[in-house]
Amino acid sequence: MGKRIGLEVSLAVAEAVKLAKVDVVSAYPITPQTHIVEELSIYVANGDLDAEFIPVESEHSAMSAALGASAAGARVYTATASQGLALMHEILFIVSGMRMPVVMTVANRALSAPISIWNDHGDIMAERDIGWLQIFSENGQEALDLTLCAFKIAEDKRVLLPMIVNLDGFTLSHVIEPVIIPDHAEVDAFLPPYKPVLKLDTDKPVTLGPVGVPEMYTEARKQIEQAVLAAKPVVKEVLDGFGKAFDRRYKLVEQNGKVGAKTLFVTMGSLGETCMTAVDELLAEGADVGQTRIRLWRPFPEEEFVAACAGAQRLVVIDRVLAPGAVCAPVASELKSLFYGRTGAPEIVSVIAGLGGRDVTVRDFKEMYRQAVSGKLSGNSLMWGVESHAS
Amino acid sequence: MSKQAIMAWEDLALGAAILSPGNAKELRTGDWRSLQPKLDEEKCIKCSLCAMYCPEFCISQDAEGFYRPDLYFCKGCGICANECPKEAITMVKEGD
Repeated sequence: MGKRIGLEVSLAVAEAVKLAKVDVVSAYPITPQTHIVEELSIYVANGDLDAEFIPVESEHSAMSAALGASAAGARVYTATASQGLALMHEILFIVSGMRMPVVMTVANRALSAPISIWNDHGDIMAERDIGWLQIFSENGQEALDLTLCAFKIAEDKRVLLPMIVNLDGFTLSHVIEPVIIPDHAEVDAFLPPYKPVLKLDTDKPVTLGPVGVPEMYTEARKQIEQAVLAAKPVVKEVLDGFGKAFDRRYKLVEQNGKVGAKTLFVTMGSLGETCMTAVDELLAEGADVGQTRIRLWRPFPEEEFVAACAGAQRLVVIDRVLAPGAVCAPVASELKSLFYGRTGAPEIVSVIAGLGGRDVTVRDFKEMYRQAVSGKLSGNSLMWGVESHAS
Repeated sequence: MSKQAIMAWEDLALGAAILSPGNAKELRTGDWRSLQPKLDEEKCIKCSLCAMYCPEFCISQDAEGFYRPDLYFCKGCGICANECPKEAITMVKEGD
C-alpha cells in the first residue's frame, strides 16, 4: 500500500508521471506553467527519473517535441495551461491525427483578455474537437490516479490516442491535499511498459503524417472519430481495473444526492465537490435534488449520462466558460443535443459560473436551486453573479 | 452519391501512415501536366543543367547523351526550359 501524505496537487501529478516511468518530458518551463514539470525537471536532474527533459522555447514547440518523441516510440508527457494550451492548438490535431498516445495535464485556466491566471474552463473548451480523449478530475487524488490511468488508456492498442487529464488551475493545481502515493511495484503491475505499434525506425521505414488528398482525408478523419468513440469501453475497463488494484473507484459519470430527483445539478471538475456539499444541505432541508458529475468528456459517455439523469425534470448545467454568441455554453449545448428528441427529456438550464477564478460557493448553488424550482432560472447561458445595473 | 474515396476507412493504416517506403515513385505526377518540354537537339549542348534543376528528378541522359524527362513523372513545370542556357527547351501544350 502507498502512503497518505499532504502534497501540492501539482507535485502529486509529478509523482504519478515519475511512477509511470515516462521516457520524455517536453515542456515550456515558465508561465503559464504549473509546478508539475518543474518538479519533473528536478527528478530528471537528480537521476530519480530516467527520462529526457526537453525545455523548449514555447508550448508550440513543447507539443511538437512531444509528437516527435512519441513517433520515435517513447512514452511522452507534458503539461500546460491557458495561453500555453492555446499556443499548442495546431499541433494538438496532428498528435491525435497521427494516433500518438501523448499524455498531457491541463491545469484549466482562463484565457486573456483581460489577463487572468485563475481557474475556468475557457482553455480546454476551445480544444473540444481536437480528437484527444479528455477527462476531468475533481480533487488531487483523482488527478494523480487519472494520470496513471491516462497512460494505460492512451497506449492501449485498441485506442492509441492522446489523452488530456484536466484539473482546475489553482483550485487544485496549487493546493495541498491529502493524497495516497502508490508504490512503484503497484504501479508497475498496473501499467505495463509502452510497446508502440508503429514508430519511426530506420530498420523498418514508414511515413507518419503524410499528405491526405481529398480521396482519403474523409476516411482518415473517420478513423480518428471511430478510435475516439471506441475508446469508451477501454476507459471504463482501465478505471475498473484501477479500482480493483488500488481500491479507488471511478466511473465515467458519477451521481450523488437523491436518486431520481426532479432537479439535478450537472458539474465537471472541482466545482463538483462544492456542489456536493450544497446538495447534501439542500437534501437535509427537504429538497428534491441530486447531482450528475461528468468525468469523461471526450468521448462523451452518452448512455451513462442519460441513465444517470433518469427521472429528472430539470438539469442545471454549470459551465465555467463563456461562448459569446453561441446558443448556449459548451456543456449545456452538448446535453441539449444529447437529449433532443428523447421522450421525457429534462429541461436544460445553462448557467455560466466561476469565470476567471470567481468563487462559486455552496450558497450560490443553493440559490441556483431555489431560483430553478421557482422558475426564475431558465433559458440559455445565464451568467451567474455578474454585476450589472440591470440586476 | 459520387464515389470519390480510394479506400474504405477501415483499410487505412494507423494514422493514415504509409507503410511501404519509397512508394511515391508509384504516383503518376505526369497526370498534372498541361505543358510538355520539347528539346531542340541542334541547340542542346548536353550540359545537364535541366536535370539538376528538375524538382522531380525525372530527367536523365539517353544513349545519345541528350537529357530527356520521364513523362510518367514530369509535371510540366517548365523549370528546365527556364534554366536552359541555350534556350534549347520550349514548353508546348499537351497534345500539340
